[in-house]
Amino acid sequence: MARALINVPAKAKRGEIIEIKTLIQHEMETGFRVGTNGQVIPRDIITDFICKYNGEEIFRAELHPAISANPFFTFFTVATESGTISFEWSGDNGFAVSETATITVE
Amino acid sequence: MTHDDDIVHATRRRFLTDAAALAGSLGLGLSLMVTPARATPETMRAAIKKVIGEASLQKGKVKLDLPPLVENGNVVSVSVSVDSPMTATDHVKAIHIFNEKNPLPDVLGVRLGPRAGRASFSTRIRLADTQTITAIAEVSDGTFWSASVEVIVTLAACVEVL
Amino acid sequence: MSWAAVVALVGVAAGATAIAAEIPLSERKSGYDFMGPDTRTMQDDDTTNPGMLWVLDGEALWKRKAGTANKSCADCHGDAGTSMKGVAARYPAFDAGRGRPIDLEQRVNICRADRQQATPLPFEGKELLALTAYIGRQSRGMPIETVNDERTKPFIEAGRDLFNRRQGQLNLSCAQCHDDNWGQKLAGAPVPQGHATGYPLYRLEWQSLGSLQRRLRNCIVGMRAEPYAFGAPEYVDLELYLMWRARGMKVETPAVRP
Repeated sequence: MARALINVPAKAKRGEIIEIKTLIQHEMETGFRVGTNGQVIPRDIITDFICKYNGEEIFRAELHPAISANPFFTFFTVATESGTISFEWSGDNGFAVSETATITVE
Repeated sequence: MTHDDDIVHATRRRFLTDAAALAGSLGLGLSLMVTPARATPETMRAAIKKVIGEASLQKGKVKLDLPPLVENGNVVSVSVSVDSPMTATDHVKAIHIFNEKNPLPDVLGVRLGPRAGRASFSTRIRLADTQTITAIAEVSDGTFWSASVEVIVTLAACVEVL
Repeated sequence: MSWAAVVALVGVAAGATAIAAEIPLSERKSGYDFMGPDTRTMQDDDTTNPGMLWVLDGEALWKRKAGTANKSCADCHGDAGTSMKGVAARYPAFDAGRGRPIDLEQRVNICRADRQQATPLPFEGKELLALTAYIGRQSRGMPIETVNDERTKPFIEAGRDLFNRRQGQLNLSCAQCHDDNWGQKLAGAPVPQGHATGYPLYRLEWQSLGSLQRRLRNCIVGMRAEPYAFGAPEYVDLELYLMWRARGMKVETPAVRP
């Protein structure tokens, strides 16, 4: 499975705005490069990234080839309750990776 | 040589140097140029129109942060933040990023809601050439706001041969 | 490479005269100092450094059993945080068995062959990069401590000769850019001093983590010279000289560079 690096604060105060950082290993082949054999290398990118907080979507991104390899996103959410923050990446050639992190909200 | 030949040669030369710049910035030394059509200000406008429809684009609220001089077009840090209280009745629904010189005009579409707390995110994008990047925010009241930044993209000196 | 860069390189080649002078120890600067703030932030923060993806892979590989001996690195070396601390800071190191210095990639493969009875990992492959990044990470912040004794001295000298030797169609030596013209611009990018403090590193140009040998090959091709094959002794001699040249500077692995 492609390696993902996720950073979510382990603890937060209720109502606090927290920053979430995500990084996933993926070449994001644009579909515009020509290989040494003269053929265009087919596109192979992550197309969607969804982050959910206890099942509710809090951040969604639609990626195009212009997103750099090893896609990186940082974004914010309000720490509402303790629970699970889930991350799903999907893309070309059936690419699908899921990760989760837990957060304790006081 | 006729005047028409001159125009054809000039266009072809610019096309090839632009393609070489694109290839160079994508990290490949190419001897054979097979190049895609590239985005132009027109295709970017068309891509923006698909998002905003008939609404007008207002300047303001959106802060688009890009380094003015980029060390490598393959990885350019971008931050977008929009001035918004992010409440249920007044929040940013989406933020789109567009460019005018990559092969495609769309870069990224981000969906947000009141749970974000802050209409702000960062990512890393690829830029093929010195160009203008535009970020557009869609607000819950149906209005669209934008900001643009001109970025200078230099190429790495020693390009790899695969 | 653009024509402007070629002209610039030829200008450097034509203008340089005698043997390049080595940079005084107190004037040495890491490639980090030549980067913009965004790239530095990318390196400094472990949560955003793309090189860390390989380090995490290396951590997993460290514990994976391999070969007919069915042993993992951890079975002999235990916790890498303890056993590998300072190791990358003194590589390339002299290998008595081979009578010459070897680099970290070769050291890992010797362990795989001799101790794990496993096939060597291909150079520049994902696994070898992950392991060397993980091992290198354990020395981060420590000073480079290359040994210069009667065993390594001839190889450091061989590496120094390579560094100063003009080669390729542009008749350029490494020293002409990295000793004589560091800090100046080549096709819009600043020329660093060429200290190998952060390898393997995430190069924005590659959009991937890569080894020092990969970077040396880029330069050699850029000089329009024929690169050696991966693992060639010439590279190891050059790596050894570069680490000697960078002695005392801090390990930055996994670094980020344009």
